[in-house]
Amino acid sequence: MEENNIIIVENLFKKFGNFTANNDLNFVVKSGEIFGFLGANGAGKTTAIKILSGLSKPTSGKVIVAGFDVNTQSNKLKQNIGYMSQRFSLYDDLTVKENFRFYGGIYGMSAKNIRLKTEALLKRLDMLNYKDMLLKKLPLGWKQKLAFSVAVMHDPAIVFLDEPTGGVDPITRRQFWELIYEKSSEGVTIFVTTHYMDEAEYCQRVSIMAEGKIEALDTPSNLKKQFNVNTMDEVFVKIARKVN
Amino acid sequence: MRTILYILQKEFIQVFRDKTMLPIIFVVPIIQLLVLSFTATFEIKNVNLAVVDHDNSVLSSKLISKFSGSAFFKLKGRAVNYKEAELSLKRSDIDQVIVIQNNFEKNLNQGQSTHVQVVTNAINGSAASLMSAYANSIIADFNREIIVEENPLVNFGLPINVQANFWYNPELDYKIFMIPGILVLLVTLIGMFLSAMNLVKEKEIGTIEQINVTPIKKYQFITGKLVPFWIIANIDLAFGLVVAYFVFGITVLGSLPLLFSIASLYLLAVLGLGLLVSTMTNTMQQSMFISWFLLVIFIMMSGLFTPVESMPNWAQIFNYLNPVAYFIKINRMIMLKGSGFADFQREVYLLIVYAISVLTLAITRYRKRV
Repeated sequence: MEENNIIIVENLFKKFGNFTANNDLNFVVKSGEIFGFLGANGAGKTTAIKILSGLSKPTSGKVIVAGFDVNTQSNKLKQNIGYMSQRFSLYDDLTVKENFRFYGGIYGMSAKNIRLKTEALLKRLDMLNYKDMLLKKLPLGWKQKLAFSVAVMHDPAIVFLDEPTGGVDPITRRQFWELIYEKSSEGVTIFVTTHYMDEAEYCQRVSIMAEGKIEALDTPSNLKKQFNVNTMDEVFVKIARKVN
Repeated sequence: MRTILYILQKEFIQVFRDKTMLPIIFVVPIIQLLVLSFTATFEIKNVNLAVVDHDNSVLSSKLISKFSGSAFFKLKGRAVNYKEAELSLKRSDIDQVIVIQNNFEKNLNQGQSTHVQVVTNAINGSAASLMSAYANSIIADFNREIIVEENPLVNFGLPINVQANFWYNPELDYKIFMIPGILVLLVTLIGMFLSAMNLVKEKEIGTIEQINVTPIKKYQFITGKLVPFWIIANIDLAFGLVVAYFVFGITVLGSLPLLFSIASLYLLAVLGLGLLVSTMTNTMQQSMFISWFLLVIFIMMSGLFTPVESMPNWAQIFNYLNPVAYFIKINRMIMLKGSGFADFQREVYLLIVYAISVLTLAITRYRKRV
């Protein structure tokens, strides 16, 4: 059972002075799952995702990601995860190919492997012709898809996506989710935060955070049943209202 | 090692893709060298002189012509009275006033003593003492001539004959003194600003977060950030030396490899300092202000313009923390005196300690965790 859980979080606390951003979080994410991590702004999602990806240390609690303890093995952990944040993370003044080469290089991939991966990922995006284009010349939606491809380039076991589709048009969002599904079908675990409730429906399980706590965690259909509503939107509003 | 190479490749692409970078690296140093070498000078020339001649005699005109004949003084008209001269002194139209009494010639001819008043604008103290010394020596000279004329038979040869030899810069050319210092200034500016801006730029655009989730090691990242500017600053030094040779005819008397080895060591300290500033700030603006603050203090206290030895004791102690002071001293010694390692080994050891401490601090201060 344990082996199937790629993320294990037990009694996670994160405090900044008097403020408790994460208040006793407990959950597991199964290997290969698409896990939606929802919550209003300021609910503590970004804090939690930063702890899970080794960017920040918990105040207390046990956090195991891909088999590594975030407190003691953050470097091994980092080798095995991909991360894409809401803040755009590729270099605007490098070309598409140079971005892939740089990130592939610092993950220790061989030059040949970098070339093959870049080719395959760009081909999938239908962007082979743009490989020598500076990133700043490309539209936002393209950049987001590229950022995702870069994040999964080194074949991580799990990918953290922090509001990956913010500011992107509906068609591109749909294409983005197709990419996510493809990766998931290859066995990669997806951990995603979003404010779009239609996207929450795409997830196999979702958790909803409010004021530093996880208020609900189940499949989207069970959650709708539990709260006796028809859409995830209403589930979200009910939880947010209950807390306020 | 491979990781560092990938970072280096990325940094170099970014530096040379930036169109403002090449001018910054090559045009700015030339301008600094050309402009500063000619203007940063303490030589006194063209002192504006006013003369209030109450005597209007042959002898008084002879004294005045001694002043106007000198290269240092420019006679800016004759004032009728002292009040008028004082007014132009106030307006800073003139720097110095010579007042000659009436009865000047008469007294001298009768073998009596007389007075000449010299008033100097002393707002700039060191310039004033130089002006006053020049004026005094002209008057003393005049004095001696009169004594010799009056007493042609007496030999007034001086008992001690002072023969002045100016070593290392025989013509007392200020440019020769300034250029080694300005070369230091130029590599310092390039190194400090480029490194201080670079890391914080990644913070501002947000890419640092992506870097921080990769398994990259702190020392690898800092090395990757440091080496490009280290190379660029060394190239700048070479470039500056070439300009100094062709424009001012200044060659390096000492060993060139020694000069570059010490420059490389010095640059590690400066780049480390820039990176340290970069790790402690969040925006390029903060980083820029702190770098400026540090550099202005370092440069003013470095001995580039004023000798460190005449600074108060606390300032000389502070200069242990001032890498610029070390390298200006060493660079002047190598370029102008041809000194070797043994002559400044203490400074080199201190620079090594400095570079190691600053880099260690920069690496530990750069946190991969938020």
